[in-house]
Amino acid sequence: MRRGNWEEYQKSIADDNYYYARSCIRQNFFPGSEKAFLDIVANRLGRNIYDDPLHSSCTGIGYHSDIVPLDTIMAVVARQFALMNEAGYENLVSSCITSFGIYTEILSTWEEFPETEQRAAETLYKATGRTLVKPKNVAHTSDVIFHLRKQIAEQMTRPLINVRTGEPLRVVEHIGCHYAKIFPKKGIGGSEFPYVLAGMIESWGGEVVDYPERRHCCGFGFRNYLVQANRGYSVANSQKKLESMAPYRPDFIVCNCPGCAMFLDKWQYTIAEMEGTTYGQGGVGIPVLTYEEMAGLVLGYDPWQLGMQMHQVDVEPLLDKMGVEYDPATKYLGVNGKYIGKPEQAVVNGDCPSGFYSMLSL
Amino acid sequence: MRHFHNKIGKNTEYFFKKPPYLCTMDYFKMLMEDVRMREGLKACMNCGVCTAICPAAEFYDYDPRQIVETVQSRDNSRIEALLCSETIWYCGQCMSCRPRCPRGNTPGYIIQSLRYLSQKLGLFVQSEKGRQQLALKRTIGENIMHYGYCLVPQEISPDLHPEQGTVWRWIHSHDRDIYPLFTPSYRKAGAGALRKLDEGSLAEIHRIFELSGGKEFFDLIEEYSERKAREMGYEGATHEYMLDTFTKNSSEQ
Ligand code: SF4
Ligand code: SF4
Repeated sequence: MRRGNWEEYQKSIADDNYYYARSCIRQNFFPGSEKAFLDIVANRLGRNIYDDPLHSSCTGIGYHSDIVPLDTIMAVVARQFALMNEAGYENLVSSCITSFGIYTEILSTWEEFPETEQRAAETLYKATGRTLVKPKNVAHTSDVIFHLRKQIAEQMTRPLINVRTGEPLRVVEHIGCHYAKIFPKKGIGGSEFPYVLAGMIESWGGEVVDYPERRHCCGFGFRNYLVQANRGYSVANSQKKLESMAPYRPDFIVCNCPGCAMFLDKWQYTIAEMEGTTYGQGGVGIPVLTYEEMAGLVLGYDPWQLGMQMHQVDVEPLLDKMGVEYDPATKYLGVNGKYIGKPEQAVVNGDCPSGFYSMLSL
Repeated sequence: MRHFHNKIGKNTEYFFKKPPYLCTMDYFKMLMEDVRMREGLKACMNCGVCTAICPAAEFYDYDPRQIVETVQSRDNSRIEALLCSETIWYCGQCMSCRPRCPRGNTPGYIIQSLRYLSQKLGLFVQSEKGRQQLALKRTIGENIMHYGYCLVPQEISPDLHPEQGTVWRWIHSHDRDIYPLFTPSYRKAGAGALRKLDEGSLAEIHRIFELSGGKEFFDLIEEYSERKAREMGYEGATHEYMLDTFTKNSSEQ
């Protein structure tokens, strides 16, 4: 496949009036990213986006763990679409790669096997009295940021430049398997030449670092992480990626999918606790960002308002390179500035006070 | 990779099991009733590209090419062995195999159909990895029914998730001081992250599960697990049995 072929993998992304579909994983681990996304799109870039209190999980994690049958998830998805239509919207924006894969897959299955759409519509109507109306446009939240990246660049206060050297920051990106491997034409750049995050990085002054295992799975593997007995699979796949990217000395990793961001962050902690290995520069881990956090930093948001204190791998080495001013004393404060203690030390952040590693098994 | 691989060990059970166990059914026909099988199985030429790209194949003794070949053979005794095997539970559902197959097959979809049928027929309890479905139903499944979300912070216990690190322990014990920094509706009604889903919406989700077969499927997983647990000497599909399926690998014992 030629490099230029990625240009075939373009998609239309609605320019305004979005119906926001929340992610189970993002709201748990990166609630600040969600808040930043809604704020950037609505308040910085003046778009209309609706956060509906009635919508639910797409149940995609249950589906890919094989406990939620296909007919069931189709009817749940039909409900999300019905709610979108009732609220007066036709552009669905999903904040989760698993959900995005689910929405695109189900729409395509309905095309190919119309009887499944009919069944979903009937179940929906019987169960809720609602009517299925399909969206005109389905995008992932990162597609929207990609679409608006040049406008973000116009408002940029902190480009992705190392302020000490003047060089572009070196960024490793990970688009997440279900963004483009299920339907390559639904993802910018397809699965071979991922460009959704790379386009943001380039527009904001950074340098995309290619590396051998760029397209390898982060290791979530659904049941392979969700069941404790299987977690070796998950950490081993993250480890494979981390070892492959480390020699390229990235300044940070940016992820499309909240799950991937969480795994690449948390498994660095685990590997450091089990073996003492760290993959960043100076004996610490590589900071792992969501693209909302990357956009937020570029636009001058405070890192603690973006929720970056909820990461396990400290982000300060990156903030220092970018020249971000931050107050270390406020990092771990709760609402109303309440002092609530702080997380214990971790090897991945260069803290190994007792001289041995704390975690001997998963 | 190897380091973590040793923790899991190899599993070749599927190749040595001797079918037939039941073999009274046309499994192939039943599989083809699933649209994912019709979409996922075209004509496999056994090239092995899917296996080369597959993260599960790197970690486990697992070969999606052989799974496709077995199903394609239409040999119901071989398919039955597959439905009872550990093998079908190794796939991570990443779908990396989908864009790479030169023949347009999707082994990941074929696996979904096999797992569905294995649970429908109660064959999943014959394998250790299959028995884990009870743990998934009792965690992710029950979260969906209780909260309308697959996961919520209060159900991610740091003790069951040591890999979530020191920061998760801190978040988990101060959730009511941390999440409201980012959402106006933490565990309350309204729009925003981690809100409490309203009763009406939750009731709609429940009715969808009832009418679409989702609830019945959950009940089946419970029933087959109950029977198997008793056969294995537990008092039923108790919390202890569920936790054992969640935490234990026989290859580690
Ligand atoms: S499923 Fe596709 S990639 Fe895998 S062996 Fe068959 S033809 Fe090759
Ligand atoms: S979907 Fe399953 S079979 Fe396909 S590459 Fe991923 S782990 Fe392997």
